[in-house]
Amino acid sequence: MTWILDNLPRIGELTLAHLALSLPAVIIAFVLSIPLAWGANRVRVLREPVLTGTGLLYAIPSLPLFILLPALIGTSVRDPLNVVIALSIFGLALMVRSAAEALDAVTGDIRTSATAIGFSGIGRFFTVELPLAGPALLAGVRVVCVSSISLVSVSAVLGVSSLGSLFTDGFARNIVGSILAGILMTVVLALICDLLLVLAGRLLMPWQQGRRRRPLLARAREVSA
Amino acid sequence: MSNILEALEWLLTAEAWAGPGGLWARSLEHLAYTLLALGISAAVALPLGLAIGHTRKGRGIAIVATGAARALPTLGLLTLVALFTGIGLTAPMVALVVLAAPSVLAGAYAGVESVNQATVDAARAQGMSGWQVLTQVEIPLGLPLILSGLRLAALQVIATATLAAYVGAGGLGRQLFLGLQTYDYSVMLGASIVVILLAILVDGAFGLGQRLLRRVPGLAGTAPANVTAR
Repeated sequence: MTWILDNLPRIGELTLAHLALSLPAVIIAFVLSIPLAWGANRVRVLREPVLTGTGLLYAIPSLPLFILLPALIGTSVRDPLNVVIALSIFGLALMVRSAAEALDAVTGDIRTSATAIGFSGIGRFFTVELPLAGPALLAGVRVVCVSSISLVSVSAVLGVSSLGSLFTDGFARNIVGSILAGILMTVVLALICDLLLVLAGRLLMPWQQGRRRRPLLARAREVSA
Repeated sequence: MSNILEALEWLLTAEAWAGPGGLWARSLEHLAYTLLALGISAAVALPLGLAIGHTRKGRGIAIVATGAARALPTLGLLTLVALFTGIGLTAPMVALVVLAAPSVLAGAYAGVESVNQATVDAARAQGMSGWQVLTQVEIPLGLPLILSGLRLAALQVIATATLAAYVGAGGLGRQLFLGLQTYDYSVMLGASIVVILLAILVDGAFGLGQRLLRRVPGLAGTAPANVTAR
């Protein structure tokens, strides 16, 4: 406990480094997954190859990918960029399938009615399909976010600074407090980010609240009847 | 790119593969760790997951627990246990089992739950006991998702077993960390390529197994309408 209190500034610094590695990756994965998923849904022949192909990326072990990337893109092994790119790839692997399924779940009826009201292709996508797929997309991002935050620490064994450095330092110098602080902060960070995503979802998709209340009301009516 | 060529060159030399510390021996060790961790995870999580799916009780707890386990950094757990148990296989096994068990658990209860309720009710109506319903209806029909859970767990374990070498155990991580310590990038890269190939091979084997199982009469494949993957 005293170790943690004595090293708060370092823990804070590493927490920021941890976020700087994981958050960009989550954002990149999300932003890239939408057009990929849209394209995969649009061109039906490509759907399975794209989904299976990106899914296969997830089979690549993280540590080896952190090491392989420098050879492919010319960075050094300790470059944080490798970590961000590798995490984006894993995020994408998880996200493309859930995005494709989320967008696909918006039924043809809704699309047809939107077109009938006069929406153009792109306008319809952003104002009708994307919001309706929102809750399922959010579920996907939450998984990507938590697993990215947890996965970052592996890069510490290569010397990239993150909360994982608390594990490698603690192990090398035999400090239990350091490792405990790292585990605690990683879990707390994952929980906070997850919570923020949920809150962002409530703000961006206020209609979700109504949907959740309705079945309860319906049930209450059934009971009273 | 020249780095990759160098690594491939190293992979093509006989001495990289031979001997007790060679890539063959390390690959076998890596696979053995994976099997052991997967076996322990399955022994713990499969019965639990099947029970949750069958009784529909404890699902909330299972979801929270698997979510929390997903946030738990494996390297942290590994180094923490290693500080107490010293170098050896205990710490990696604890970390790998904690990593793999949630996937197995989730696959098991999702698999059982995916079985059409009408089918389960029909089985009960025919006089099957709870145990018979589980072993003769729910497990065979839920098998695709149960296997998906095991497949995901196996992948995670293969990927993470490289870290076992960080706390003094064997596996392909040995060469990887050896390369890291001696600044020999081609050795590091070579070992990484072998790990990636191993992961893809095992994933492919699972995929093939799942495809073959679908053809076995009486198993999931014969009643696809009843299995709704979620």
